[in-house]
Amino acid sequence: MSIVQIKDLDLYYGDFHALRNVSMNINEKSITAFIGPSGCGKSTLLRTLNRMNDMIDSVKISGAVSINDTNIYNPTVNVELLRKEIGMVFQQPNPFPKSIFENVAYGPKIHGIRNKKQLDEIVETSLRGAALWDEVKDDLKKSAYGLSGGQQQRLCIARALAINPKILLMDEPTSALDPISTLKIEELIQELKGDYTIIIVTHNMQQAARVSDQTAFFLNGEVIEFSDTSKLFSNPNEKKTEDYITGRFG
Amino acid sequence: MMQLDAEKQMRRRKRKNTIFHILFLSSTLFGIVALALLLIQILVDGLGWLNWDFLTNNASRKAEKSGIKAAIFGTLWMMSITAPLSFIIGVSTAIYLEEYAKNNWFNRFIQTNIANLAGVPSIVYGLLGLTIFVRVFGFGKSVLAGSLTMTLLILPIIIVASQEAIKAIPGSQRNASFALGANRWQTILRVVLPSALPGILTGSILSFSRAVGETAPLIVVGAVAYITTLPNSVFDKFTVMPIQIYTWANLPQEEFHNVASAGIIVLLLMLLTMNAVAIFLRNKYQKKN
Amino acid sequence: MARMKQSKNAKELNSFMQKKKGIYSWDRMMPIILATIAGISVLTTIGIVVILITESAGFFQAVSITEFLFGTQWTPLFADPKFGVLPLIMGTFMITLVASIVALPIGFGSAIYLSEYAPRKVRNFIKPILEILAGIPTIVYGFFALTFITPIIKMVIPQTDLFNALSAGIVVGIMIIPMISSLSEDAMNAVPSSLRNAAYAMGSTKLEVALKVVVPASFSGIIASFVLGLSRAIGETMIVTLAAGALPNMDFDFLKSIQTMTAYIVTTSQGDTAYGSVEYRTIYAVGITLFVITLIMNILAGYISRKFREEYE
Ligand SMILES: Nc1ncnc2c1ncn2[C@@H]1O[C@H](COP(=O)(O)OP(=O)(O)O)[C@@H](O)[C@H]1O
Ligand SMILES: [Mg+2]
Repeated sequence: MSIVQIKDLDLYYGDFHALRNVSMNINEKSITAFIGPSGCGKSTLLRTLNRMNDMIDSVKISGAVSINDTNIYNPTVNVELLRKEIGMVFQQPNPFPKSIFENVAYGPKIHGIRNKKQLDEIVETSLRGAALWDEVKDDLKKSAYGLSGGQQQRLCIARALAINPKILLMDEPTSALDPISTLKIEELIQELKGDYTIIIVTHNMQQAARVSDQTAFFLNGEVIEFSDTSKLFSNPNEKKTEDYITGRFG
Repeated sequence: MMQLDAEKQMRRRKRKNTIFHILFLSSTLFGIVALALLLIQILVDGLGWLNWDFLTNNASRKAEKSGIKAAIFGTLWMMSITAPLSFIIGVSTAIYLEEYAKNNWFNRFIQTNIANLAGVPSIVYGLLGLTIFVRVFGFGKSVLAGSLTMTLLILPIIIVASQEAIKAIPGSQRNASFALGANRWQTILRVVLPSALPGILTGSILSFSRAVGETAPLIVVGAVAYITTLPNSVFDKFTVMPIQIYTWANLPQEEFHNVASAGIIVLLLMLLTMNAVAIFLRNKYQKKN
Repeated sequence: MARMKQSKNAKELNSFMQKKKGIYSWDRMMPIILATIAGISVLTTIGIVVILITESAGFFQAVSITEFLFGTQWTPLFADPKFGVLPLIMGTFMITLVASIVALPIGFGSAIYLSEYAPRKVRNFIKPILEILAGIPTIVYGFFALTFITPIIKMVIPQTDLFNALSAGIVVGIMIIPMISSLSEDAMNAVPSSLRNAAYAMGSTKLEVALKVVVPASFSGIIASFVLGLSRAIGETMIVTLAAGALPNMDFDFLKSIQTMTAYIVTTSQGDTAYGSVEYRTIYAVGITLFVITLIMNILAGYISRKFREEYE
């Protein structure tokens, strides 16, 4: 049932020990939230899942991350194909300076889809999937920069859906957005759950409580507690978790 | 089947990436190789001719007796006017534009104007110098005419470099000074300029080296090629190193090409020294921050 | 007594209201002095425009503008002089063409390498070398063309002239590579890394990130760097004077001697043309042509990078 297995993962930025002995299994087609104070390693762990950390020179990793029982740090793994299986949405909306259509079509195109009709279809499905289609269907040729921040973020979600990933990584996807856009994206995340495994980083505990099935609480690079969301927020095992969720620090 | 296709396609994309990686890398290496070839050739041809006599002889019709002394002194004479003058005018302009100028059409016009001046071909400055300094002001084909022409030529570069250096000083430093009751000029003199000075000096030295290497505008204002006496005043005729090199390079005899190479070595050494000083200043400054 | 003390304190407190700045204080004078000095750069521009126009006005009284602009022969020193500037423009064009074939792809490729591929250490090593290349005087490049590139070309194609457009054009190209590379790289570096991350996260290779995201996003800056590089090639003087010869012609043969506008000005101002004669004024007529062409290109480059500047949100 679990799709991601993390085992004894340690990560260093140079000498700085950013992830300490992290182990967890993440269930397929569920929503998992990472919470914890800023700088505790949530984004770092998220980036190990699609190997975006490869691009930071100082990073050293030990331990194993497996997706569908394949260790993704195995040297024979093709990073580009791995990332095709894993969509990612970033903290700041980051659409390309291209049209709405081209933004969504970018992924399918680089992965070899040329057929115009097929692309049209993918773009429409993805935009519908990201609950943006009705707002932009007449403006597909217009620049993505004309959209509002919330729309841009949904466009980025659509762009990630267009490569047909199995897992969707979201790094504080609503922290740059207003409350109404945030609500829309949270609803969207709920809808996507049926088709995708979603891992979302948030420093907003209410958000974690609202959207996720399971929650992991991080502190200084360690997983302090990882359990069902309702359990973690109502009856945490650890004192540190309790301190955090009751707002005593962080 | 699908999986196989995807892997095949992926291999193709990877291969394409590798090929282009090599192409881009070769493009970068092209410049380095060109530089190496140029230096090697000049060293091979010129080192044998480089000796004390070469540095202390004046120009001669015989290759063995040719020297670069008059040209070195000519360059030094010219720079002794060009360097301080362009520095004062350039830094003053930069201070005005960065610290005083309001964002109105006139100051924007000055800024655009400076940007455009930087793109004017150097030979056009030669025509300007020939008409204004040589003829209208009557300085003749003198050190003074050449120096003033070069001053105008490198002015835009010094201005822009000084502006960058001044811009890099955070506004909080100025505010701290104002809050202590300093007026604007005191703030500029005691806070802004001391912090910006290393940057300004670096930029200025680099533009001086541009002046040392320029040839065409000085030919137009009439710096002469064949000269056997050193200038005694700014109204004397003169030559500079690049023009001396040009003259040797233009002669058909092979030996003179070697003499030209020796001259180029001296010129490059002088430029290298100037650049080293500039880089030294820059590094020293960067470490402080 | 107490009242007096109080009023004295009030006076001290309000002393800032009384002290007036002297009219001649440095703080008042400096902006005026500095603004006056800043005017020198404006005077320079005015000077260039005025002397080019007034001096070439004399020329255009003797030679019609039509003959100048459309004549296909340039022989001002002949007994029967012809003043058609097209051969000089042709020479300049040929040099610029060769230079851009060399410099545009190489400068562009090296910009992509430095901005997208090169590890930091390699970049820190290569950038200073390109700066050195940019700082080498053009007379040295000219000498290199004449004594290194030309013999190589002659070895491959023996009938090549000693002075030829190809050699000079190649070396002008080498000279402008650092400029194009560093300006293009600046444009590429301005593309925020969040866009690269988005593309990598979708499984793009480096090449796809470079060509499909970074280059389109910095396109205007890259084009502007090309235009500026070409403008520099057009204005380049010593390389062409030394290596391309002094034979204005319209043959479009890269292996033969040609003459550019810049080389003509240098060569002629070296000679003994009488001050005030029509021949003497040709250098201003050619000069204003050169000035207008490069000015248009520089304004165009500025316009492209301002007008189409990418705003990354
Ligand atoms: N590229 C990097 N180089 C060095 N240290 C980094 C880098 N990225 C993050 N860090 C450090 O690693 C720790 C965890 O960062 P991050 O995963 O971004 O935290 P979070 O997302 O939980 O706020 C922080 O202390 C941060 O300073
Ligand atoms: Mg984070």
